[in-house]
Amino acid sequence: MTENFVNQGTAFHADWLDGIRVNKSAVERRTNTLAGRRAVKKEAQVAFMLKAVSCIDLTTLAGDDTPGRVRRLCGKAMHPVRSDVLVAFGAQDMRLTTGAVCVYHEMVEEAVKALGSSGVPVAAVSTGFPAGLAPMETRLEEIRRSVAAGAREIDIVVTRAHVLNGNWQALYDEVKAFKEACGHAHMKTILATGEHGNLTQVGKASMTAMMAGSDFIKTSTGMEGINATLPVSLVMIRQIRDFYERTGIKVGYKPAGGIKTAKQAVLYLSLIKEELGRAWMEPELFRFGASSLLGDLERQLEYHATGGYSVAYRHPMG
Amino acid sequence: MSVTEKFETMDYSPALESRANADAWLTSNDHAFGMFIDGKWVKPEGAKSFDTYAPSTGEKLATITAARQEDVDAAVKAAREAQPIWAKSGGHTRARYLYALARLVQKHSRVLSVLESLDNGKPIRESRDIDIPLVARHFYHHAGWAQLLGEEFPAHEAIGVAGQVIPWNFPLLMLAWKVAPALAAGNTVVLKPAEFTSLTALMFAELCEEAGLPAGVVNIVTGAGDVGAMIVDADVDKVAFTGSTGVGKAIRRAIAGSGKKLTLELGGKSPFIVFEDADIDGAVEGLVDAIWFNQGEVCCAGSRLLVQEGIAERFFAKLKARMGKLRIGDSLDKCIDVGAVVDSVQKKRIEELIAKGVDEGAEIFQADCPMPSAGSFYPPTLVTGVGTDNILFKEEVFGPVLTAITFRTQGEAVGLANNTRYGLAATVWSESISRALEVAPALKAGIVWINGTNMFDAAAGFGGYRESGFGREGGREGMLAYLKPRYEASLKDMKSTLMPSAVKKPKASGEPGIDKTAKFYIGGKQARPDGGDSVVVADHKGDFAGLIGAGNYKDIRNAVEAANGAAKWAATSGHLKAQILYYIAENLGYRAEEFEKRLVSLTGASKKAAAQEVAVSIERLFTAAAMADKHDGAVHQPPIRGVALAMNEAVGTIGIVCPDEAPLLALVTLAAYAIAAGNTTVVIPSERYPLLATDFYQILETSDLPGGVINIVAGERGAMTLPLAKHYGVDGLWYFGTKDGSTMVEREAAENMKRTWVNYGKTYDFMDATQFSARTMMERASEVKNIWVPYGDANEGGKPY
Repeated sequence: MTENFVNQGTAFHADWLDGIRVNKSAVERRTNTLAGRRAVKKEAQVAFMLKAVSCIDLTTLAGDDTPGRVRRLCGKAMHPVRSDVLVAFGAQDMRLTTGAVCVYHEMVEEAVKALGSSGVPVAAVSTGFPAGLAPMETRLEEIRRSVAAGAREIDIVVTRAHVLNGNWQALYDEVKAFKEACGHAHMKTILATGEHGNLTQVGKASMTAMMAGSDFIKTSTGMEGINATLPVSLVMIRQIRDFYERTGIKVGYKPAGGIKTAKQAVLYLSLIKEELGRAWMEPELFRFGASSLLGDLERQLEYHATGGYSVAYRHPMG
Repeated sequence: MSVTEKFETMDYSPALESRANADAWLTSNDHAFGMFIDGKWVKPEGAKSFDTYAPSTGEKLATITAARQEDVDAAVKAAREAQPIWAKSGGHTRARYLYALARLVQKHSRVLSVLESLDNGKPIRESRDIDIPLVARHFYHHAGWAQLLGEEFPAHEAIGVAGQVIPWNFPLLMLAWKVAPALAAGNTVVLKPAEFTSLTALMFAELCEEAGLPAGVVNIVTGAGDVGAMIVDADVDKVAFTGSTGVGKAIRRAIAGSGKKLTLELGGKSPFIVFEDADIDGAVEGLVDAIWFNQGEVCCAGSRLLVQEGIAERFFAKLKARMGKLRIGDSLDKCIDVGAVVDSVQKKRIEELIAKGVDEGAEIFQADCPMPSAGSFYPPTLVTGVGTDNILFKEEVFGPVLTAITFRTQGEAVGLANNTRYGLAATVWSESISRALEVAPALKAGIVWINGTNMFDAAAGFGGYRESGFGREGGREGMLAYLKPRYEASLKDMKSTLMPSAVKKPKASGEPGIDKTAKFYIGGKQARPDGGDSVVVADHKGDFAGLIGAGNYKDIRNAVEAANGAAKWAATSGHLKAQILYYIAENLGYRAEEFEKRLVSLTGASKKAAAQEVAVSIERLFTAAAMADKHDGAVHQPPIRGVALAMNEAVGTIGIVCPDEAPLLALVTLAAYAIAAGNTTVVIPSERYPLLATDFYQILETSDLPGGVINIVAGERGAMTLPLAKHYGVDGLWYFGTKDGSTMVEREAAENMKRTWVNYGKTYDFMDATQFSARTMMERASEVKNIWVPYGDANEGGKPY
């Protein structure tokens, strides 16, 4: 994929937000029936699982992260699936890696070093992650330092108060300031949807974040009570579609937190395919923010390769 | 395709559900089926047979027996013999059987789903996730009604033998809708599945065997429409039909006057209204459930899309994009949205209708989705550029065809939505609860879905207004369709009360009295008969009692016009209706003595009897007034996060043809309940004693009753009834007259599907408070509309992935 997905943003259009209304029951009806409408089986199932691997932002965001732990994670990101399993699918030459490695600022340098020339980018969570309530100057400086340390992707968090109080102009200004600080780094805007009052707020926050120049919009920090859900995802990606229809700009989507199984990942990819289309089923436009998902994908892929259900210890630990 | 190629295309692979169980069942039956009659499988020698096919592939699945007259007769005879024992077995016993059937449906859910999708062409997702679970739900729910029957319906009993003819669009589900309430109420059944889709009904017969259902309680005969006609004509007490409006009307006419009870679930052209304040993406997705569910072969399909002009362009663009994502394919593929239409015959019909629509100026958009090469498939289609006269806007297509039009205001949306002879279902999309709950009652439809569509549950009645048929399936109102009041069995034949042929004219002498002129009462005003003729009314001795105008069809026309014009009476509060009914009672009380004398003089009743008739009339008015603000609906709790509001609505304009018995009381009783429920009326008083009615309108005039709510036109009963029965502006017709007159009413009412109540020449006892109990009368005078209201906004509780 050669297209360069950069969103320079637009002016703030309050009227783009006015028409956004989201009916929760209708959203749930769509997401609840999707799996029944799209059974992904056989070689398609394997392809979807491999695609899911390629879209993972392999993540460690813990207070006890160490350089050693991060190096191990980077190793896993560069070789996420056992080679004999890939051989079984004739997929040994596809140079499968995860989409990125996602860490705190302090670990960026170590991760960049570990990933070397693999092409796997480092993403840094930033702007006072996860609550985002550090002073503005601090938050902007955090972005600049991570970019300087080699992070090619910055996952920012927004001030939830702006969303909860419907202060969309303020949200726009905040995200736009972050975008400027990001420079050439891709910006993923974490909306923390689990802390929004309703899905209409999720929709308006999504559109505002895109107007302000987000390259990705992302559900959650992984730290909220509710993280990525299919209903929230449907609302966000429909806004991505509307933004694309209005501007011609493709913004990416990253559900984060709570996606733990291959089955869930495949369903998410189906949702993307149905609502956004094939173009969005690439790491340039879609990521899973996940730490334990890869383990289940590895086991399911081995099952498809061998016919025997697998266990965790047969796969290299990340 | 290799994994790496798939990784590039990211296409789905076919995901075919295994058909092994269904094939094994077909093979074990040698792909040839007899019929289930009197608990036995019969394959009569000499009976013809026909083949049933899988519409997805065109393959022949099995050979089905075509029932002959003697087979239908045998089935009806078996049902007739089994019925009294079945009814006597008691609610709890029947509940056990229905519970067993519900369990068996669940235990065999997979093979039933596969068989249904094979035979009908519908996606396996739908039969697996919707049809079959709803079948089980229906049997569970009705096991409950059987259990509660004695307590809930103490004054009712089973009707007898039910002849049931069902369509091919939801084969087993329609069977469940018919069989479960019938059995719960104590009826036995003879059911004919549609000839395209007999298989799951035959498998259901096996489940009846497995459940140990007594022989003759359920009989399944197979065949085409001619077999359906045999069942309708047979010695059955109840006919239940789901299918086309044309056939429904033919059935109504065929059994007119027979006394057979009838419920009809017929066609529709249901509106799907999207207001500018809707969740637009949600509404677009809703259309997938509305018109591409089951290939659009759904009687309540949202086939008429009404979009508010301001959002129309954006909406259509989104809709077309969504259509491009639909997947059409083999009915057993778990990765499709739309399957095959049931038969090439149906596909041809769709093509013909589309061609006509295009001839009339319609523009056609068809989704650019890959179509299977074999099988009878029709692409999802959007029709635009139509006026309200285009055939595709008016006629039911019964295929994946959506016809769209725009509107400016809420009022116009309601007008367009109701601009149809049908009235089955409607869908409203708006995020404004004020708007949605104002629009829902204004729509002429038995089911209204708000912000969702095609939601069903056994507890919420399903059925239509207007030419979409009458009667409800599901819920309490659905049970009433399989029960009859106990008193009905003991009604005696009516004795005719003729006007004496020669009436002694009065001889004027001395100072003239003031002439009394009995007029008609139309639109709140006294009106002279259009024809300018009068007829003589005799008292009970045959002496001259007065002149009454001789009404004709033009007087009926004027009265119906006035009644239709007073339709907003339905929307007045129950409190106001009650006040007016009390006031009528009060005013009748003032003049009780005068009415007693009139009764004595005209009918020859004793003074005591006359006094009693007036007293009971006043009491009836009190009872109707009492119920006017208590005929509340219900709030169902269907298995969604939301409610279904069962609202009692007026039928509309009801024609009331009064008997000669109890000439004051009958008129008062019938009219009082009709208006208490919000109807407007055209009353034809007793032909023999019309002067009581003309006296009565003076009471109406002084009781604040809005003009047009009760209209009174006198005349010869038959001559008055015919134009009423034929009038398209009359929605219901209550007839108390001769047997032949009853037949005529039921036959003529078929054209616009009037809700009729006729006496078949029997005498009702108007003094009997059981026969005219308030609840029974209010049920007769109203229709139940179920308004589904899913709710929820808080950002929580979604599935955690």
